[in-house]
Amino acid sequence: MAGNREFMYRKLHSLLGVIPVGIFLIVHFVVNYYAVYGVESYNSAVQFMENLPFRYLLEIFVIFLPLLFHAIYGLYIAFQAKHNTSTYGYFRNWMFRLQRWTGVITVIFLAWHVWETRVQAALGATVDFNMMANIVANPFILAFYIVGIVAATFHFANGLWAFFVTWGITVTPRSQVISTYLTLGIFVALTFVGVRAILAFI
Amino acid sequence: MSQKTIRFIITRQADTSSAPYKEEFEIPYRENMNVISALMELRRNPVNSSGTNSTPITWDMSCLEEVCGACSMVINGKPRQSCTALIDQLEQPIRLEPMRTFPVIRDLMVDRTRMFESLKKVKAWIPIDGTYDLGPGPRMPESKRQWAYELSKCMTCGVCLEACPNVNSKSPFIGPAPLSQVRLFNAHPTGEMNRGERLETLMGDGGLTNCGNSQNCVQACPKGIPLTTSIAALNRDTTLQSFRNFFGSDNNI
Ligand code: SF4
Ligand code: FES
Repeated sequence: MAGNREFMYRKLHSLLGVIPVGIFLIVHFVVNYYAVYGVESYNSAVQFMENLPFRYLLEIFVIFLPLLFHAIYGLYIAFQAKHNTSTYGYFRNWMFRLQRWTGVITVIFLAWHVWETRVQAALGATVDFNMMANIVANPFILAFYIVGIVAATFHFANGLWAFFVTWGITVTPRSQVISTYLTLGIFVALTFVGVRAILAFI
Repeated sequence: MSQKTIRFIITRQADTSSAPYKEEFEIPYRENMNVISALMELRRNPVNSSGTNSTPITWDMSCLEEVCGACSMVINGKPRQSCTALIDQLEQPIRLEPMRTFPVIRDLMVDRTRMFESLKKVKAWIPIDGTYDLGPGPRMPESKRQWAYELSKCMTCGVCLEACPNVNSKSPFIGPAPLSQVRLFNAHPTGEMNRGERLETLMGDGGLTNCGNSQNCVQACPKGIPLTTSIAALNRDTTLQSFRNFFGSDNNI
């Protein structure tokens, strides 16, 4: 196995992006959507999540460790590319470029987002509707949130497309076209859920 | 009466380590020229556009019919074969540059050694030598032979490496062409006997997983080789191979 370390890291990177990080993203967005139903619903949903049994274990092994690996190894991959969309302006080459851009944007956004919510919670702040409402009361921060949400959903959806290729699930051009449409649909749907939820706080 | 001409802007460099520079040339127009015949014309009379005596331009070529890949260069921004680049179809001034993904030997001539090294590394051949006559190998279905023929058209030209954003000095990636060759030789009934070995190489450093799916290669390949299909198929093969390696298998070759 030692000789195949790169192979293992790359495959792991692809897998972790979908399971568990991608799954977590969906759960997170769906829970956020309670904000659309009102302050009460959102606060009780947040409380439900906060009181999940084994909360810290779940946070560490389902969220933080996989996310950290995916982010750090992803940055290494992202900065290896020498982009050439000006010469080769093909759709997939643009997706390749955007995948790396949105990855970097998402890392920056998440660092800040985790600091402002999870770290503050650990320092004693209460995470609830009011906290979020205060955060996004600033239009610049709201814009930053929307950029972060769209970057994350794009990165997830397009990453899912690449996951299917990397694991040898979609091989033929036709299957890859079909999965392009499928993941495009996922991108649109998740973006709607994410953006609609953040707008519920204003 | 002004005479019709063909104008060139050529990126030149004296040797591997010297700095590149641009030089302009102009030759009288003739019908049905290709980039190589124009370069030959310039070689006969290497005078640049400002009338100064220059040196003949160095480039590589062999077959002159787009099967050897030696004459590849970047023509008007895109890598392709200069022997099949027809002047009448090119926008002027025609810009010629070497494929910088490879070390430049001089002017437009590059060193594609890394590609041949990769082919050796992945064992892109079928071992049939024994200490005695091993007899004929298993037969290949005709439909499969026709399909494999398409993959065998690769001429190691390097265009797909030049087009790939992940083949560069920051990355160890061997590039699309040798990957697809593994698929070709693994598909052969005799070549298949070394399947595991070739897959193992692809799972090593600089191998298959360095592909980032920009899919430029399949668009750029002058031979229409289904590179991205090969890559995805090999992703499937190496995934299964890694399972066999990890869990053990009684079907490992
Ligand atoms: S796969 Fe196509 S582009 Fe790449 S080296 Fe072979 S012929 Fe050239
Ligand atoms: S000279 Fe052989 S491909 Fe052009």
